[in-house]
Amino acid sequence: MDATEIGLWGVPLAILGGAIRVSTPFIFVSLGEAITERSGRINLGLEGTLVFGAMTAYAIAVMTGSPWLGLVAAAGAGLCFGLFHGWICKFPKVNDIAIGIALMLFGSGLAFFFGKPFIKPKAPNLPAIPFGGWSDVPQVQAALDVNVLFLIGAVLSVVLWWAFRNTRAGLIVRVVGDSSDAARAMGLNPNTVRLLATGVGGALAGIGGAYLSLYYPGSWTERISSGQGLMAVALVIFARWNPLGCFAAALLFGGAGALGPALQSVGVTQGYYLFYAAPYILTLIIMIATSSPTRSLAGAPGELSITK
Amino acid sequence: MTDRFMLSRRQLLKTSAAGAALGLASAAFPIGKAFAAATTVGFIYVGPKDDYGYNQAHAEGAAALKSIEGLTVVEEENVPETVDVQKTMESMINLDGASLIFPTSFGYFDPHMLAMCKKFPDVQFRHCGGMWDKAKHPMNAGSYFGYIGMGQYLNGVVAGHTSKTKKLGFVAAKPIPQVLLNINSFLLGARSVDPSITCQVIFTGEWSLAVKEAEATNALVDQGADVITSHVDSPKVVVETAAGRGAFVCGYHANQSPLAPEKYLTGAEWNWAKVYKMFVADLVAGTPLPNFTRGGLADGFVKMSPLGPAVGEPARKQFDATLAEMMKGGFAVIKGPLKSNKGAVVATAGQAFPEAAIELESMDYLVEGVVGSTA
Repeated sequence: MDATEIGLWGVPLAILGGAIRVSTPFIFVSLGEAITERSGRINLGLEGTLVFGAMTAYAIAVMTGSPWLGLVAAAGAGLCFGLFHGWICKFPKVNDIAIGIALMLFGSGLAFFFGKPFIKPKAPNLPAIPFGGWSDVPQVQAALDVNVLFLIGAVLSVVLWWAFRNTRAGLIVRVVGDSSDAARAMGLNPNTVRLLATGVGGALAGIGGAYLSLYYPGSWTERISSGQGLMAVALVIFARWNPLGCFAAALLFGGAGALGPALQSVGVTQGYYLFYAAPYILTLIIMIATSSPTRSLAGAPGELSITK
Repeated sequence: MTDRFMLSRRQLLKTSAAGAALGLASAAFPIGKAFAAATTVGFIYVGPKDDYGYNQAHAEGAAALKSIEGLTVVEEENVPETVDVQKTMESMINLDGASLIFPTSFGYFDPHMLAMCKKFPDVQFRHCGGMWDKAKHPMNAGSYFGYIGMGQYLNGVVAGHTSKTKKLGFVAAKPIPQVLLNINSFLLGARSVDPSITCQVIFTGEWSLAVKEAEATNALVDQGADVITSHVDSPKVVVETAAGRGAFVCGYHANQSPLAPEKYLTGAEWNWAKVYKMFVADLVAGTPLPNFTRGGLADGFVKMSPLGPAVGEPARKQFDATLAEMMKGGFAVIKGPLKSNKGAVVATAGQAFPEAAIELESMDYLVEGVVGSTA
């Protein structure tokens, strides 16, 4: 056996590498959605924002030659989508879920429309930090090429977790999310808070999109997302609206998603459809194990239209 | 031609002014050109038209028809393999007046295209890759395909010369006969260079899943594969990921060399323009369209990408010699004695399945040397 073969070690390594590579869009979208939902709104449109962010980032990176400008543009585009959602939803009798679905289709459609000329050109990628330099094994080095955005996402989840408990802004978002009446009594305007929370959520989803098109898999195609934005929204509920939980759930999803290809690569080739279902089976098991008939979902913001 | 003034999503999108002007003109002079008023050809794609892959290859073929005077080409992309495609076909027939439709994706055939064939017996349908069977399917249906496995064999020849680890990688979508034939051909091409070469296959389960394709490519490279090829709708992600990891790549569907100029060895490409022009010529001439059309390198249905800079002299020589052999027609990739990777005999000594052999279109095995499973 020569140095290029790592055999069965490929499986845990692929799960680790996959968790790092695949999870980043999940992290950003789910953190963004956590902020939005904590303020009492659901933005299902983040799938559209993710796709539009991916397109914007790629297009700007192609035109300017700078992936960082692309990243900023994607965040800006996401912010606009979020603010738009927040603005429409402040009107009475507007259903935030319906608007979200509309924005999801609108964002994807708009991205396909503007993205046509950018499918062919090649954009510069976001840089990765090689944490695997200590190892001589190229596979380990490849798995530990960590993109800056992953690290930012990790830090952000801790900061958000802390901020929701300990900062004025975090508490304002939470009180608005738990009871509009209480918030109004405190002199807060729930609509403004939700507008900003949805805007920030959109911006984070846009950054998640930039990661898809500018780092992994690193190209703009119309099929780039394959529903990751929607999965990330579901992850928020799975993570019980806790930013640290979002980060963990995203890692779990990324790692479980890498299981299928990794097992096939070491020769476990039977039943790969089952392995591909692993992330979803895992989700189901955890949801069932942690649910209870005697209490409502722990941590659910009281103003959410699904829990009201 | 009054159909032109009904609401069609495609036409509305296309343009307003130019379209309306054209419509008016042809309504005023309905017999400008003998077949102009009657001939519209529809193309349906499962993904975007410029995906560096399957759909791009078909769209390039459709584009070659647009220069034919009097022929209208209507296209719709991103049509799922569901009842949606039936609606698209219906709108192409009822609103655009299409008399020949090419639903290009595998899953469009059964039941969607077959249902439309029954509903519109005067319209011709030709499906890419589907198995048309005279006994089972209507006469206004048909299928066309190319022996692109030959191209994957040539890919394999170059890969076999280039690989140092003697391990090749194949990112495949679904274990259907055409995909299996490509995998087998790729390995057998490589084994014609060195019989100790193996090929690891990873099925992603879907035609287009960018992230999973990237993961599969990474997993293959992690296991030591140093030449990667694929059979997915858009090999773009596979090509870029493999090249990024330092592996060589062989292309598929279309020419992906601009994506990885240094690492791209060669590729098996479709040449659908040739096939579509044939069908349209028959349609214009009024002769019945063939129901079962097949062709390979010799017929111009399939072509190879130019060899890349990393291809060495011995590889070049064997590539040229094998290509010349294939251009004579009737080349057999699957020939005995040959076993499947489960040990079953798929060809006894002396038995050979030339490119046109119909048995190849119901292939359900991977040959010895391929690491992978069909289920």
